[in-house]
Amino acid sequence: MLWTLVVIPLIAGAALLASGRRADRWAPGTALPAAALTLALAVGAAVRRPEVSAPFLAGVPFGLRVDGLSAVLIVLVAVVLLAVLVFAVGEVGPGEPRARFFGLMLLFAAAMLVTVTATSMVALLMAWEVMGATSYGLIGFWWHEPERARSGTIAFLTTRGADLGLYLAAAAAMAGGAGALALDGLATLPDGWRDAAAAGVLLAAFGKSAQLPFSFWLSRAMAGPTAVSALLHSATMVAAGAYLLLRLRPLLETTAWAAGLVLWVGVLTALALGAVAVVQRDLKQLLAASTCAQVGFMVLAAGAGGVAGGAAQLTAHAVTKTLLFLSAGVWLAVLGRQSLSGLRGAARRKPMVGVLFAIGAVTLAGVPPLSIWAAKDAVLTAALHSSVPLYLLGLAASALSAGYAGRALMLVWSPADSTDSTDSTVDADSTVDADGPGRAGRWRTAPLPLLAAPAVLLGAFAVPPVWSAFADAVGHPGEPAPTWAEMAVSAAVALFATGAAAAVVHRRGDVGESGVLGDWLGLERLARRVLVTPADVLAGLLARFDDRVVDGGVHAAAGAGTAVARLTDVRIEPVVDAGVRGVARGGRALGRLARRPQTGQLHQYYAQAVVVLAVLALLLAVL
Amino acid sequence: MLSLVVFLPVVVAVVLLAVPRVSDPVVRWTWIGTSATEVALLVGMWVAYSPGSPGSPGTSGFAYEENQRWIPSVRAGYHVGVDGLSLPLVALTAVLFLACAIYSLRQTERVRGFATLFLFLETVCLGVFVALDLLLFFVFFDLSIVGMYFVIAGWGHRGAARAALKFFLYTFLGSLVLLLGFIGLYLASSPHTFDIVELVRQDPAAGKGAVAGLILLALVLGLAIKTPTVPVHTWLPPAHVEAPAAGSAILAGVLLKMGTYGFVRIVLPVLPGTWRDYAPVIVIVGVLSVLYGALVALAQRDFKRMIAYTSVNHMGYIVLAVGAAALVGQSDAQARQLAITGAVTQMVSHGLITGALFLLAGVLYQRGGTYDMGSYGGLARQLPVFAGITGLAAFASLGLPGFSGFIAEFQIFTGSLRGAPVATAIALLGVLITAALFLRAYQRLFLGPPSRQVVGDLTVTETAAIGPLMLLAVAIGLFPRFLLDVIEPAAGAL
Repeated sequence: MLWTLVVIPLIAGAALLASGRRADRWAPGTALPAAALTLALAVGAAVRRPEVSAPFLAGVPFGLRVDGLSAVLIVLVAVVLLAVLVFAVGEVGPGEPRARFFGLMLLFAAAMLVTVTATSMVALLMAWEVMGATSYGLIGFWWHEPERARSGTIAFLTTRGADLGLYLAAAAAMAGGAGALALDGLATLPDGWRDAAAAGVLLAAFGKSAQLPFSFWLSRAMAGPTAVSALLHSATMVAAGAYLLLRLRPLLETTAWAAGLVLWVGVLTALALGAVAVVQRDLKQLLAASTCAQVGFMVLAAGAGGVAGGAAQLTAHAVTKTLLFLSAGVWLAVLGRQSLSGLRGAARRKPMVGVLFAIGAVTLAGVPPLSIWAAKDAVLTAALHSSVPLYLLGLAASALSAGYAGRALMLVWSPADSTDSTDSTVDADSTVDADGPGRAGRWRTAPLPLLAAPAVLLGAFAVPPVWSAFADAVGHPGEPAPTWAEMAVSAAVALFATGAAAAVVHRRGDVGESGVLGDWLGLERLARRVLVTPADVLAGLLARFDDRVVDGGVHAAAGAGTAVARLTDVRIEPVVDAGVRGVARGGRALGRLARRPQTGQLHQYYAQAVVVLAVLALLLAVL
Repeated sequence: MLSLVVFLPVVVAVVLLAVPRVSDPVVRWTWIGTSATEVALLVGMWVAYSPGSPGSPGTSGFAYEENQRWIPSVRAGYHVGVDGLSLPLVALTAVLFLACAIYSLRQTERVRGFATLFLFLETVCLGVFVALDLLLFFVFFDLSIVGMYFVIAGWGHRGAARAALKFFLYTFLGSLVLLLGFIGLYLASSPHTFDIVELVRQDPAAGKGAVAGLILLALVLGLAIKTPTVPVHTWLPPAHVEAPAAGSAILAGVLLKMGTYGFVRIVLPVLPGTWRDYAPVIVIVGVLSVLYGALVALAQRDFKRMIAYTSVNHMGYIVLAVGAAALVGQSDAQARQLAITGAVTQMVSHGLITGALFLLAGVLYQRGGTYDMGSYGGLARQLPVFAGITGLAAFASLGLPGFSGFIAEFQIFTGSLRGAPVATAIALLGVLITAALFLRAYQRLFLGPPSRQVVGDLTVTETAAIGPLMLLAVAIGLFPRFLLDVIEPAAGAL
């Protein structure tokens, strides 16, 4: 059953991708039933909690299991997938490469399902990386435009750089003696290896969840279709990092520095990216930055030990953010705009969508009694149990959430600016739906109410019995619920900040420009300057070194060989030859000498004989 | 049986040469038929290679063993056989040669010469992987250089003569050094022998100190040139750039493996102690190759040259793994086995994926007349199938899970960290750099607006040649057991 759950989107996606453009016509007809079936199987699996395992590498099985935490996640993933795919039928039109789109979406979802059910590092890492690769294809879906393709590359490379952490963690687990690479085994590794594993896990999780300092890739991820953003930002990919930290809470518990680091990275991301979100000029960018910030709360929860709080926040945020992205997608399709100034009054033109967007925005703001309010309070309670400053920072971050949510809400509902509202002003990078709200429009709006409902209803987390049941279900029973005072404080903060933001927009038109915050803290430029450029320079230098020195050395050796040969030919050979010729000359000279006595005259021979005999006699006498 | 597999191609080649006036189509289809027969025979051998079957490994650990007298005066025999280390490579060789045969259906230039040369090369390459005698190994090893020299020189691009000469002289030097090492082993053994199985039993270098070190140096240098590792790799890029596509595929897919195969077949088992002593050096060479190869590849603008440098990177992982496996020692059998299994898997995986990439590079050259990436752009619109398969191959080569490269590299990393923590951690960066270079190359070639008119998507024959290689890479990536079941016992015994 668990295999089927994973295999259905996998096979359907792979089949669509393999058939190419021929399958464009069949793509929604294949993908929607597959997603619906996945949802049904996910619900079944969440109830029955199956566990499967297959032999994979030597002593390292490929294992999947549904426990409380993953039960929540698989259902959530399946729900969001179905909602997003329905929307996508309206967004990605019949003329576009639908097979590629739906295929990649299904593969992506399958990877996420494996990620959240994996019991071993190898299964986790495989799914984790496939998710990154499919996100590359989805973000760069409109690859004809170089900038969008580049965004896909940047997103993939950033997350893959962080993924190296999981390779390290897996290797550390093996080196530390956890031969099966089970996720449960990480917490009990010996010191040293456990620290390495924790460091690797943190790196991977921060990267995937776009926490500081990796946040910039999420801004790039907006280059894809809205449906992609909605899926990436809610229940998958970005949530995966937070999920991993929640899942590996035991590892954080045994590795004190890691828990502390997670805490602070989470809360700082919530603050910094919250501030980034407040000043964004583009609705999708605002939502993207808010994702970083909201996921920061989940990360904070993992660090503070609030597993149930983190899971609740993940769930509430997933449905809310999907709702918001899809609403923004409707406006983008109908009005052709996604800049906030262009969207002034958009809600008044499409009031149905405007109301649903408002529900999402108010939920995101943390206004009671809606879901994120309840979930975030649980997170803040965990933070309070950790330290008071942390709690206060968390509250400040919630105020920022309320601020950006209130601002966006106010902007879309404020009357259209007379100078800026003619239909001809359309954002440069958008595709306007020429048909207007026809059948495509119905596909796009259909999922919105179904997402708004849980965004509101999950406020039930605030009800104590519901809360303790949820905490039990995700396997973290007894997690303290927020007190009434804490709830009241956070509610007051949210209401006040939302109101303040709305007031600013109402009075002054909008918040002011801000360079660094608007540019996502300049993180991408920083990464470029600190990592990419040096790597390129080094690569260039090494390439030249390779050609000139290493290969040059080989050529020099070969050259030296021929030089020696020539030298031998020109210098040594004549000498040797001269020697040979000298010997020959000497022989000839001796021959000439030897010829001289051969005169043929008898008296001279006698004289020679006498001389020889005399010499012999002399010799005899002497000796 | 094994001899039949090894010598069938060369016999066919001789027949093709002997028969007067054969037409090109007959030559082509004979070539394909022979290569297909080889693959079929190997599938049979693979199926039969399991405990209890007719092809199960004997007491020596080798299956399909044959041992005949050859040069008794130096106790060199015709001794062949396969085990879990060699059977995957033998199969890979057969598959790649078949892919090249199919790919070369469009070859029109001196078809008979090309086909016979490849058939000759097939025998030689198979011979290297089945040889269990050092002299026999050396003969095949050396003949592979001769064969490849003629492929490059005869059917290469413009600068082929020079590149071929460099290839020949450089690798020939390597094989001479290797021969020195073999003679050293012969002299160190008692009774003197060239038989690998016998040498493993004798452990001839035990207690021989500096002499053992020198023998190791000769063997490692000889094999390193063929592999190639940094810094003896510079023959590779020009040879690849100038070679015809099929030649490149065989060069990268099969010939490079002879070097790394030599490490696991000869050096590790015959000189275990000495290998362990010098393993840190090997590990460093491995890491250097990984990073240096990846970085230099990142800077390339020539598609084929870039792939050539990624081979240096990929072979570096193998060297790292066999070095680290020695450092782990026997204390952690699982890590050691993982590292060596990973190394052998990497050989197979690299053969499939890089073989495919080189054939794809050949398609690129055929359509566009250059390997320069700067002169292409937006090809995905003009050649969608080509773009799709190249994308798959690129992701496979950068080690994405779901493809064989991941199975190999994951095992190498997890197996090596214990033995060589720092080196392995640094080598991880190679994974990121290869990702960067492939994505950039892909973007430059395929994405964005088309920069010029290029026509002709992948033909049926090209797809038939390249597609199966990618399918195998995916099969190993998702269901690796069929391969690992063969490799693991042999890797564990090392």
